[in-house]
Amino acid sequence: MLEAGVAELAEALEARRVSARELLDLFLGRIRAVDPALNAFVTVAEERARAEARAADERRAAGRPASPLDGVPVAHKDLFCTRGLRTTCGSRMLADFVSPYDAGVVERLARAGMVLLGKTNMDEFAMGSSNETSFFGPVRNPWDLRRVPGGSSGGSAAAVAARMTPAATGSDTGGSIRQPAAMTGICGLKPTYGTVSRYGMVAFASSLDQGGPMARSARDLALLMNAMAGFDARDSTSLERAPEDYARLLDLDLAGLRIGLPKEYFGAGLDPAVGARVMDAVGWFERQGARLVELSLPNTRLALPAYYVLAPAEASSNLARYDGVRYGYRAKAYTDLADMYRRTRAEGFGAEVKRRILIGTYVLSHGYYDAYYLQAQKVRRLVARDFAEAFARCDLIAGPTTPTTAFALGEKADDPVQMYLGDVYTIPAPLAGLPALSIPCGFDEAGLPVGLQLTGNYFSEARLLGAAHRFQQATDWHRRVPRETPL
Amino acid sequence: MSLTLDQVERVAELARIAVSAEEAAAVMAQLNRVLALVDELQAADTRGVAPMTHPLEHEAGVVQRRRPDEVTEPDRREEFQALAPAAEAGLYLVPRVIE
Amino acid sequence: MDWEVVVGIETHAQLATRSKMFSGAPTAFGAPPNTQASAIDIALPGVLPVPNARAVEFAIRFGLAIGARINRRSVFARKNYFYPDLPKGYQISQYEQPIVEGGALAIATPAGEKTVRIARAHLEEDAGKSLHEDRRGMTGIDLNRAGTPLLEIVTEPDLRGAREAAAYARALHALVRWIEICDGNMQEGSFRCDANVSVRRAGEPGLGTRCEIKNLNSFRFLERAIEYEARRQIAILEEGGRILQETRLYDPARDETRPLRGKEEAHDYRYFPDPDLLPLVLAEDEIERVRREMPELPAARRARYAAEHGLSAYDVALLTESREKADYFERALAAARAPAKLVANWVNGEIAALLNDAGLDFDAVPIAPERLARLLERVHDGTVSHKGAKEVLAAMRARAEDADALIAALGVAQVSDRAALEGLVEQAIAANPKLVADFRAGRERALNALVGQVMKASRGAANPAQVAEILRAKLAG
Repeated sequence: MLEAGVAELAEALEARRVSARELLDLFLGRIRAVDPALNAFVTVAEERARAEARAADERRAAGRPASPLDGVPVAHKDLFCTRGLRTTCGSRMLADFVSPYDAGVVERLARAGMVLLGKTNMDEFAMGSSNETSFFGPVRNPWDLRRVPGGSSGGSAAAVAARMTPAATGSDTGGSIRQPAAMTGICGLKPTYGTVSRYGMVAFASSLDQGGPMARSARDLALLMNAMAGFDARDSTSLERAPEDYARLLDLDLAGLRIGLPKEYFGAGLDPAVGARVMDAVGWFERQGARLVELSLPNTRLALPAYYVLAPAEASSNLARYDGVRYGYRAKAYTDLADMYRRTRAEGFGAEVKRRILIGTYVLSHGYYDAYYLQAQKVRRLVARDFAEAFARCDLIAGPTTPTTAFALGEKADDPVQMYLGDVYTIPAPLAGLPALSIPCGFDEAGLPVGLQLTGNYFSEARLLGAAHRFQQATDWHRRVPRETPL
Repeated sequence: MSLTLDQVERVAELARIAVSAEEAAAVMAQLNRVLALVDELQAADTRGVAPMTHPLEHEAGVVQRRRPDEVTEPDRREEFQALAPAAEAGLYLVPRVIE
Repeated sequence: MDWEVVVGIETHAQLATRSKMFSGAPTAFGAPPNTQASAIDIALPGVLPVPNARAVEFAIRFGLAIGARINRRSVFARKNYFYPDLPKGYQISQYEQPIVEGGALAIATPAGEKTVRIARAHLEEDAGKSLHEDRRGMTGIDLNRAGTPLLEIVTEPDLRGAREAAAYARALHALVRWIEICDGNMQEGSFRCDANVSVRRAGEPGLGTRCEIKNLNSFRFLERAIEYEARRQIAILEEGGRILQETRLYDPARDETRPLRGKEEAHDYRYFPDPDLLPLVLAEDEIERVRREMPELPAARRARYAAEHGLSAYDVALLTESREKADYFERALAAARAPAKLVANWVNGEIAALLNDAGLDFDAVPIAPERLARLLERVHDGTVSHKGAKEVLAAMRARAEDADALIAALGVAQVSDRAALEGLVEQAIAANPKLVADFRAGRERALNALVGQVMKASRGAANPAQVAEILRAKLAG
């Protein structure tokens, strides 16, 4: 059962081959056994989960399941606010913060009957690509405990990869779902901006943040999207669209599918092994009748600096509310109000968060706004235009999710820019607001998973998931169990 | 562009983050490395390009929604103030503000 | 040397909505602290703003009322600064693209009507309140007001001197109440003005260095603060000094302005478009609907009263001080067979005085306009004198009877019965041979004395004009 994904568990629950309570015990046991080595969970919500599992079983017994996912366990990245359960954002600032309300995504999955196992570790305020910036310590990669799981949704990724949960939520601002998915050999989808409610998802960079599912198959992602996505009037950027079935194109016909290969995604900086595995996968699609289209996204190189202006700028403002007045950490010693602010924020935030706040403050400050912020917004448009032109010629874009496989803990900790360069392939999609997913497509020489990234046009999630599902019907990369956490 | 120590101090003050004298040089060096990366933007030719403030611009007709003018939020002061580092008599307390 | 005092006014008008600008918390005044501060108002992690439709409608209504351009697309921006009464660490406001631009407001000055140009009006949210009463060396923060919708209305530097500035503030106050977007309660902070004041030598083309004066919570303080500030600046310049651009606070107790320390220094608000909100786009039909529902504005009423009823500029200006007053006048006029001038005089005079004494406003006149109309008809037809009518009016406050019943009850009807008056006149002639002789000798004043005697005999109930007429007829005979 630990091996089973969301779809299989839903079927088993429906067929009464297993109860929600049995499933919960199984996964809680797995967490107890495996998580001490991985540190993927910040909070395990055992008591609450037992109540939810019991309720799910009662609904099933009464023949009124809340949804096909009723009773299936899930874990939330610790930036989705959960009423009565602490929401830390991986930060000392919110280490003891218990939200008095539930995030939109949390409400939706609870309404679908999913049982909340707990909250997963993450880079502090989702700023990071290695999960090393968490106040609660780094998460380790279940494929190699000396390596990072990626970030910022590293706890969710490691938890799914190590079979501690069949599914988890993540958030993606510059790659925070896809990059850790790639580095831990699981699947993650960043939906079109506006598809999943941001209400109650603690903000990093509002114009880029988007929640999404992480699981072990594309089919599972589709089922999770059916429960997660949808209009939320409390989020002004939530799109009012008719509900859609994200699983409707799972048997996508690949014949004639036009797959774009941007030359910028296969250039300098790409680990040859990663490139080779990605081209193997592309070759499989070609053999199924897909047409490969060579193309160029010329502003890809500029996406990275644009992102590292826009995201910190928004973050510097979004994180101004953490001032020690109404909730969260307050410094113990201070001389006056200004000193309380300065010390609270100096002590409550970690180094990477402070770095980004300072960069963001600087690029918005008087005299620099035009050169940095406005220029970055213009480049953002150029990046979006590149995609618009590309999608006139292809149906989806394929490439590597990351330039390398998982790197060692501490390897890039002293050089923020080296860390940022690893986001080069994942940053363009959120800048444009486009959907993109990562699925495993093989391993490098060190036995570390490689991620294939598929990017589609706006609202093309179902097609992306269909293409990914077809690939997963023919391959078993997504079924491999991490060697450090055997079953 | 790169930051001087004075500028680091000023930005830190604007952001209300204490940076000690011992940390300042290291913080400056790291910020300058990031700025060297973002300075690549200056090379981009953006003449005639309008800034893109929002990723929803592709959707024609996506505009700001408005909520009806209705009171929907009950008083939850006790619950909210249980979260506060310092509160008394219904007020949040901060070190004396000097006007 | 003559100095010219140049003033621009920034007004924060609290919009009369039920709920806040970006949250569903109530906006009522005077609630216990922080009981009207929702999750959004206290800026809990993860909360998001959704704007209030009515606040937007009110901004459009204001823009239309001043003949401004209503921007079809406006943008909410973040103004970033740290202060304990600003929970998010930024205020959502409109910066580069406000909802209203241009427009003008006419004000009355001794030199005639003057047009004050409005630069812009934009939507924003209010901050909370810091309570400085000592709490063991701590300041208390009440966020009930945080997130209350405001319309910030900014003039061009068109005002000259303190009196004009105060006249503008009064006219704006009347307008926002007239169009019902703001309750105008200055004690509760619903209508707050800041003044930008500079001085220059008469005839100079450029503007002097200005100071912004805050904390002007009455028209009188506004006027006095500007007077003080102008004197201060002139004194500095006449001594060869320079004006420092700064924000100053008016202290009503000492009647002076002084620099606001600390808060303003080193500000860099780092405005940028709020990524949590999309551009505010207004449709033509929505603007047209607000236009159709717009009440007749004070300027239009003034023109109508002058044209239809021949009332003076002074009278109509007073009548249109508030919409309630103008409405009261119109209802009284419609109900009365009496000249408009008489009705206007009573509304502006006796009714206004009565309300003033009672501490009431025209929204709560204790005498229905129809009752006043009956009384004014009796004034007009001579049944009751002005003095007698005032007694009736006073009695109407406490008693429900109509004017005629009260005139009878109070015995204030003028005696107009000719036969009765002739009797009294004849008695007066008989009793005052000296006055009669004086009159016949050509002394007009003797007639007035005789009228007085008759009035006295009638205990004030006689109509003096009629008495004089009868006296003349008898003495000529």
